[in-house]
Amino acid sequence: METIQGKSIFKGVAIGPVLFYGSNDVEITREPITDAAAEIARYDEAKTKAIEQLEALHEEAIAKVGEDNAAIFEVHAMLLDDEDFTDSVYEIIESEMVNAEYAAAQTGENFAKMFAEMEDDYFRARSADMKDISDRVIRVLSGRTEKTSFDTPAIIVAEELMPSETVQLDKDKVLAFVTRLGSSNSHTAILARTMNIPALIGIDIDPSWDGKTAIVDGENGLFYLDPDAETLERLTARREQILEERRLLQELKGKENVSVDGKKIQLYANIGGLADVGAVLANDGGGVGLFRSEFLYIGRESLPTEEEQFQAYKEVAEALEGRKVIIRTLDIGADKQADYLNLGHEDNPALGYRAIRICLAQPEIFKTQLRAIFRASAFGNVAVMYPMITSLSELHQIKEIVKEVKAGLRADGYEFKDIEEGIMIETPASVIISDLLAKEVDFFSIGTNDLTQYTLAMDRQNDKLEIFYDPHHEAILRMIETTVKNGHAAGIWVGICGELGADTELTERFLQMGVDELSVSPALILPVRNAVRNSKAFV
Amino acid sequence: MKSFKYVITDNEGIHARPAGLLVKLVKTFSSEINLTSGGKTVKASKTLGIMSLGAKKGTEVEFTFEGEDEEAACEAISKFMQENL
Repeated sequence: METIQGKSIFKGVAIGPVLFYGSNDVEITREPITDAAAEIARYDEAKTKAIEQLEALHEEAIAKVGEDNAAIFEVHAMLLDDEDFTDSVYEIIESEMVNAEYAAAQTGENFAKMFAEMEDDYFRARSADMKDISDRVIRVLSGRTEKTSFDTPAIIVAEELMPSETVQLDKDKVLAFVTRLGSSNSHTAILARTMNIPALIGIDIDPSWDGKTAIVDGENGLFYLDPDAETLERLTARREQILEERRLLQELKGKENVSVDGKKIQLYANIGGLADVGAVLANDGGGVGLFRSEFLYIGRESLPTEEEQFQAYKEVAEALEGRKVIIRTLDIGADKQADYLNLGHEDNPALGYRAIRICLAQPEIFKTQLRAIFRASAFGNVAVMYPMITSLSELHQIKEIVKEVKAGLRADGYEFKDIEEGIMIETPASVIISDLLAKEVDFFSIGTNDLTQYTLAMDRQNDKLEIFYDPHHEAILRMIETTVKNGHAAGIWVGICGELGADTELTERFLQMGVDELSVSPALILPVRNAVRNSKAFV
Repeated sequence: MKSFKYVITDNEGIHARPAGLLVKLVKTFSSEINLTSGGKTVKASKTLGIMSLGAKKGTEVEFTFEGEDEEAACEAISKFMQENL
């Protein structure tokens, strides 16, 4: 067995025979010509035909890999049509009196070289595009066709693959791509990802591998030739696991979050920024139960402006296309990187000047954030929640500030909606007075991570406490139950946004308690849905 | 003669697709339109030329317009840059 380390372009595990893919390299011979005008006309005709081919490929690709990824063919057509490219071909034909094939090859090579020498990764990757388009026009000139079909599913091994080659390969027959050249930025890479096919680059390939069995471990960037029994067994099991996960995804998408006996529950996602929205939608999340706004405040030298925040919230609200997004206001403390806030050192940051406390002591910071949130509310289905609440008086102060913010926005002529305002229940105090708090807010979201810490008097990051820590501690479960009861008594909905929400061992219990919403990591939405659909809510 | 400067905001800089669309737009005007970046000037009607500038996010580029419809061209290209790059 040979093990080769390469770079993974896309994860997944593939097991099967190798198909060594010789490139569609055309033999270029430099032939002298006598009639430059005729040769130029010949090139023009081939160019037109090549562009037609690309347009057809574009159509085909849109259906196979979607518009964004199919765009590469549009780009190829533009590049082939480019004045500089064409002028170069004409010039070589005229000045050297050589055939169009040679002129096109030279031109392609020159431009490929120019891009290959550029600093930016993106532009370097375009070098492959130049080769691809000149190959194409040369093929048309020499009357050849592309080799693209083969019979049995195989792991394609090649020196490199052109985007036009990748997209035409039958997805069902390709188990994986393994190439020596290429970049994670190349269109081939992008296509591999879209087609959901494991891919590796940077592997020193060898034609002798053709027909042999291989394993592509896309998760670790490893290529195994003639795998031994142990490796084969291990990776076959992993492959099964991945397929099972994918199957679950397919099966559960679009299905309702409803228990065996008809109780429904909302399944939302916890996100940290716009980049996570894709995963929310891909995993069929009903909305965002926790949008952590900290990313706007951390790792920088100054406070984010209202405009900056507004843009960020608006982008997410719009990307979610009408699904609810609950934005949590500033929730940092001395333990997070925000030096410019001058929070100073604290002996007990978990019990310190943090979250809503900062916002109430420094209302300017709070107002800026609230203004941005309310302004964004005009662009989607937005809600807001306040973290670390421990008293009614905090709530009253918040309400005063919100009133001021709304008045200010109206005076400034900004549109906004009267959005839901909720609070995080993450302190024992808030659980105990949840009956009083429930009357003053629109919803509760239980932050089980911190609630557990404060209730069990345990620092979750402390390894020594591992043996004492019980995530299913009855105290926590009772606190959740109490919160739900009190919330419902006042007519508000109660959700869980802490990690416990994703614990499928507790899903049934949550349903029985009457929890209305679970907000979890996007990748866990479907497993939780699965648990919901296999649970009994009514005992 | 009209001109305007613009700082690229797109994460990928002036990459292939917007370069191609820009060229399409440029060709609808009769004026001579040039694009300068990093000390190099190219005709804005050539996709490869534009791409060869390697203009990245944060790069300041300048467009110049010379011709009958220079005003309209300047406005249209400026709008295009804001919307796409």
